[in-house]
Amino acid sequence: MNKTLIIIKREYLTRVRKRSFIVLTLLIPFLFIGLAALTGLIAVGGSTGDKKIVVLDKSGIFEKNLKNSKHVHYEFVQGSLDSLKHNLDKKKYDALLYVPGIDKQLNFQLLYNEQIGITTEARITDDLNDIVRNERMKAAGISSDQLKVIEAESVSLKVANIQDGKESSNATAMIIGYACGFLLYMFMLFYGMSVMRSVMEEKTNRIAEIIVSSVRPFQLMLGKIIGVALVGLTQVLIWIVLFGLFAAIGIPMMTGSMAMQVDPAAMSEATSQAADNAKWMQVLHALQGTNWWLIAICFLFYFLGGYFLYAALFAAVGSLVNEDPQESGQYTLPITIPIILGFVMMSSAIGNPNSGIAIFGSIFPLTSPIVMMARLPFGVAADHPEQLIASMLCLVGGFFATTWMAGKIYRTGILMYGKKISLKEAGKWLMRK
Amino acid sequence: MLLSVKNLKKYYATQKAVDDISFNIAQGSIFGLLGPNGAGKSTLLRMITGIFYPDSGQILFDGQDFDMLKHVGEMGYMPEERGLYKKMKIGEQAVYLAQLRGLSRAEAEKRSRSWFERLDMNTWWDKKVEDLSKGMSQKLQFVTTVIHNPRLLILDEPFSGLDPVNANVLKDEIFRLAKEGTTVIFSTHRMEQVEEICDHIILVNQGKKILDGTVKQVKQDFKENIFSITLDQVPPVLPQGVEVLKQQENTLTFHLQEGQNANGVLQHFIGQGCTISTFAELLPSLNDIFIRLVQDTSAARAFVEV
Repeated sequence: MNKTLIIIKREYLTRVRKRSFIVLTLLIPFLFIGLAALTGLIAVGGSTGDKKIVVLDKSGIFEKNLKNSKHVHYEFVQGSLDSLKHNLDKKKYDALLYVPGIDKQLNFQLLYNEQIGITTEARITDDLNDIVRNERMKAAGISSDQLKVIEAESVSLKVANIQDGKESSNATAMIIGYACGFLLYMFMLFYGMSVMRSVMEEKTNRIAEIIVSSVRPFQLMLGKIIGVALVGLTQVLIWIVLFGLFAAIGIPMMTGSMAMQVDPAAMSEATSQAADNAKWMQVLHALQGTNWWLIAICFLFYFLGGYFLYAALFAAVGSLVNEDPQESGQYTLPITIPIILGFVMMSSAIGNPNSGIAIFGSIFPLTSPIVMMARLPFGVAADHPEQLIASMLCLVGGFFATTWMAGKIYRTGILMYGKKISLKEAGKWLMRK
Repeated sequence: MLLSVKNLKKYYATQKAVDDISFNIAQGSIFGLLGPNGAGKSTLLRMITGIFYPDSGQILFDGQDFDMLKHVGEMGYMPEERGLYKKMKIGEQAVYLAQLRGLSRAEAEKRSRSWFERLDMNTWWDKKVEDLSKGMSQKLQFVTTVIHNPRLLILDEPFSGLDPVNANVLKDEIFRLAKEGTTVIFSTHRMEQVEEICDHIILVNQGKKILDGTVKQVKQDFKENIFSITLDQVPPVLPQGVEVLKQQENTLTFHLQEGQNANGVLQHFIGQGCTISTFAELLPSLNDIFIRLVQDTSAARAFVEV
């Protein structure tokens, strides 16, 4: 069997068999789902506790119009403000709303026992504003029918390509772009570091010399890089399967239970929900309109290309480091900077996918995996195929260049014990045959 | 000749690590490569094992131009700075390294098992290297070096860090392998081991070979006509040309002048009526020779632009 294959096999198996790999791989999707659920819960949870508000209305307008909503209950009382302040049952009511009468000044007061929270406060302000506005409209002679006509429909902007008329949604493209760019960013950093640590381990363990007396250093480096790439692909594959399972089983369950939860009280919000639904339909439509095959293939390409490019550099850095792990920091900086730069460019490219910086960033091999993946959902492949081709060619070229460089540094570096190696010195190794 | 090295050179930026070294190693011999720290031994060995390319010169393995990829299965190398994967199971590790040396998986496994059996390491198979003591891991290291039955075995400071018992186990294995026809290169700066083990030695200092020969021959070459004699009583008159270096009771250590004969000395003592209980020529130890040759040159090599 080919030696490189033996090395790939070892690198792959030792990683995949590790408990931390299994645990992380299985846990991360659940962490993601859990995190999403948690943020959802927190957003909803902020307004869960029903609030009871005592209203002292001197104007008399609100008593008829202030309606209880899902989480806010109003109760009207009479009396003087001072006596109410003292006699209010603190256990039964959360706050006292005092309406002095609507003249020119609207000095409403909300006196609370316990902080009522920003959501409830906004709710109350909205309720009050609605009523005040209606009153003012009436005073100005506008009937509620007229009002309905005015508020009937808001603009909806349909965005489509001028040539093929295919609809697209910038919001959707942005989400996909961010997700892909971010994933690549994480993968390149995470697995690149993993390669580096592994090289450092071999160097400090002093097994490197034993192995390179059996195989060429380049074979060892390549075997390691490919082995780790396979680990990454395995991980992604497991995640896709897990998310697929979740989508097949989890989502119908969740939407089903959500449908049950819609109660009559929420019906008043139905109109706004319909508008929301229309928006979601649009996003869904755009999702279906997205060329998933293209994105998947490009993702695989940029994942492997970007990873190989950086992993070679990380391997070279690992070979320079001696016992002191802190040393690795100063060497990794020149590598992590372009990755972070790519991430920054990605944010800019998502805002403006065809700006000069976005085009440069998506072709320059050190940043192209992240930036091009972020631009792809905006239709770069269809609009500027030459840019995609240039980017891919540059990446392949860059990969060969960094691997060649790394191989030169690596083969000398892994056998240099106990000596601090300057980057300048490592640069000289490039020139040697 | 199993290995012939001809005019090998390797220069680094600041020093001539190996500067025109040639030597031959006969099949089945135990060859000592000696030299002080930084003499260029490790660089020399790295070139012989194919880790480094020489700047110039030639390495012939069994008469052919040495090619690491072709001869990888016929060489075993235990470097001075050595180690193993700490987290990997010991059995798997032995099999892995043997596979890299060109054995098939099944063969590697079979040989590992039999070596583990012979050196009482059976219970180690599923343990990890981090569980082993230094001596144990040294033993394992040796096994992984010889598992593929190399024709040339290169050991760089094989006994460093070993206690005398384990050192003896290792020494016996080396002798056994040599007897079975394995050629051994043994690099060290511990002279007493060399005297015990090696047939042929070369001494390297500052990148150059300064001594080459069998242990016996080298000692003969460096002998200084020093003898020791033990008598029942020391007579008042000593033979001509004898310069006493040390007298301990009735044992004299003396230097015999050039041109004088040991027989003459013995005849003189016999003529004086003394009884001789021992008489021997004192050959210099390799240690003495080593120190004499290396001492004058600064131990640490100066960094000079080449």
